[in-house]
Amino acid sequence: MLELENVDKVYRSRGKPPVHAVRALDMEVGKGEIVALLGSSGCGKTSTLRMIAGFEDVTSGSIALDNRRIEALPPARRKVAMAFEGYSLYPPLTVRENIGFALKAQQLSRGEVTRRVDAIAGLVEIEDILDAYPRAISGGQQQRVSLARALVRDADLYLLDEPMGQLEPQLRAVLRGRIKGLLAERGMTAIFVTHDQTEASALADRIAVMEDGILQQFASEKELKNRPANLFVASFIGEPPMNLLETEVARADGGFRLSVGSAMAFLIPGDRLDSTAQQALQQTPRVRVGIRPQKVAVGSGDVRVRIVSNQWLGDQSHVAGECAGNFLIAVTAGRVAARPGDVISFGLEPRHLHIFGTEGTCIRHAEVR
Amino acid sequence: MEHSSLAGRVFRGVALALVLVFFMFPIVWIFLMSFQSNEQILRIPPRILFEPTLFNYQALISGQLRTTAGNLEISFMRNLMNSFVLSSAAVLLALLLGVPAAYAFARFKFRLGETIAFTLLSFRFAPPLLVLLPLSLYYQQLGLNDTYFGIVWVYQLIALPLILWIVRGYFEDISPDIEHAYRLAGHSWREAFTRIAVPLAGPGIAAAGLLSFIFCWNNFVFALILASADKQPVTVGALAFVTASGIQYGQIAAAIVLSVTPTLLLALYAQRYLVEGLSLGAVKG
Repeated sequence: MLELENVDKVYRSRGKPPVHAVRALDMEVGKGEIVALLGSSGCGKTSTLRMIAGFEDVTSGSIALDNRRIEALPPARRKVAMAFEGYSLYPPLTVRENIGFALKAQQLSRGEVTRRVDAIAGLVEIEDILDAYPRAISGGQQQRVSLARALVRDADLYLLDEPMGQLEPQLRAVLRGRIKGLLAERGMTAIFVTHDQTEASALADRIAVMEDGILQQFASEKELKNRPANLFVASFIGEPPMNLLETEVARADGGFRLSVGSAMAFLIPGDRLDSTAQQALQQTPRVRVGIRPQKVAVGSGDVRVRIVSNQWLGDQSHVAGECAGNFLIAVTAGRVAARPGDVISFGLEPRHLHIFGTEGTCIRHAEVR
Repeated sequence: MEHSSLAGRVFRGVALALVLVFFMFPIVWIFLMSFQSNEQILRIPPRILFEPTLFNYQALISGQLRTTAGNLEISFMRNLMNSFVLSSAAVLLALLLGVPAAYAFARFKFRLGETIAFTLLSFRFAPPLLVLLPLSLYYQQLGLNDTYFGIVWVYQLIALPLILWIVRGYFEDISPDIEHAYRLAGHSWREAFTRIAVPLAGPGIAAAGLLSFIFCWNNFVFALILASADKQPVTVGALAFVTASGIQYGQIAAAIVLSVTPTLLLALYAQRYLVEGLSLGAVKG
């Protein structure tokens, strides 16, 4: 459906070094798929979206939508709808006109336009402000109008830039569900930009994690969590973030022994590593290992930690401890009776470790189950 | 600005009245002068109460001034007409050229863009006398001397930079995404400019147009040098009232009233847009 091939974006302005916003981006989005572009600000996600919409030129590479090359087409001919981060409503028009306006080019009958506008307005809960002017309504309402204006159209692709950033949490949760339902029901293909992981995982079928203009990994939420491609994805995805430890590599009993000073050591049997992972471990003296806080056992195990903080969040405990200069966080379902300063046991099992090579790429994922 | 106390309100009223008198007095005095004869005007002490006469206006409109030294032809009505034609044509041309240019400077970053924009602005702070001599020599060679077109062209030095820089600010204030949204809905770049950008910057364009109209209307020196009698605007035409038999204060006053009225009416009519337009950022929701 949408294919980005080797897309580069370089911003050049006089007197400043060029900014390489997007590098060699390859991405394929299937029909009816909902994709999230996730990353911190300045990672290139909005640039990517605007290149697809046609407001930014592609420095090099190609974009194809529904088997049409579109990177050189004017925005009007790309059959793309977009909701803008800044809402961008037309000030002289009412909310109803703003939404209906997007349908004008399609030459529908007036009754049909009214029907469609009413339907979408009900979906995002703006029926009561349809006759108001943009400057008279709140930011959250403007955002919903902007969203409605994009979704009401018949387009091949829907681009949503931070579609729910201004909404209250409750409404956001409701709208996520409804919009996902609408997109699925109509088989609409959508790409949305967000920096909110919860939103990405709630709405998207697949998530593209970007950083420094590079697509780090493009996969389902489950895969991003269980099989992060590299250190960045591993530490970016998941709440609280993955525990990371610097270890020394030594051979032991046909496998490897990864040790953190004298405080911790993990034995990884050779038969649990594939040949490339074995090779990588043989070649490097030090690797980083990561373990999800959810996989750290509290109260059992052989790692002795000094508690730094212990928070009960109502449904789970976040316990942070320190061991030989390393900081570890554990998440457990129940309350933990430990105060800061206490020394308790954490259990880190070798099979739960992700191992990252020198370049940051993951050479071995944790075993699931 | 809520002054609820009585003293505050009284003080505000007095202050406003003072400012009003300060600015309005010359206009009122000129208006009164225009209904007096030269003798009444030059009387000392001057009087507020007098017997009004329409003599000055009669003279201006008929183009015949009867003085003690004889009959004098004055072409005031023609001058007024010239002012109209020259100023409107100049502003129209400047809008036609300046609004698209302002849009380009606001929206696109291109090589030498800032340099060009600044060069255009610098025409405003070059003293006219500096360019007048070379200009009139060129005009003589080009055959533009003493033509309406030539004067309108020179007036671009006044109107174009003004419109360009004011309107540019308004375009910069409009989020480009509003036009982007419009273009995504299946409209061309040209339509986005004419149907979205220009209407949104409307108050600013009106304000800039009005200001440059007033500046053109008030111009004196370009027309004095580059136009002969039949193409001169009122500013230059007013010189005719300094006659051999004395200065015709009554006619000058009547001429001023007549020549100020159009711009005054225009400003009054457009003041809503002016206020909206000159308070930058009015288009941001």
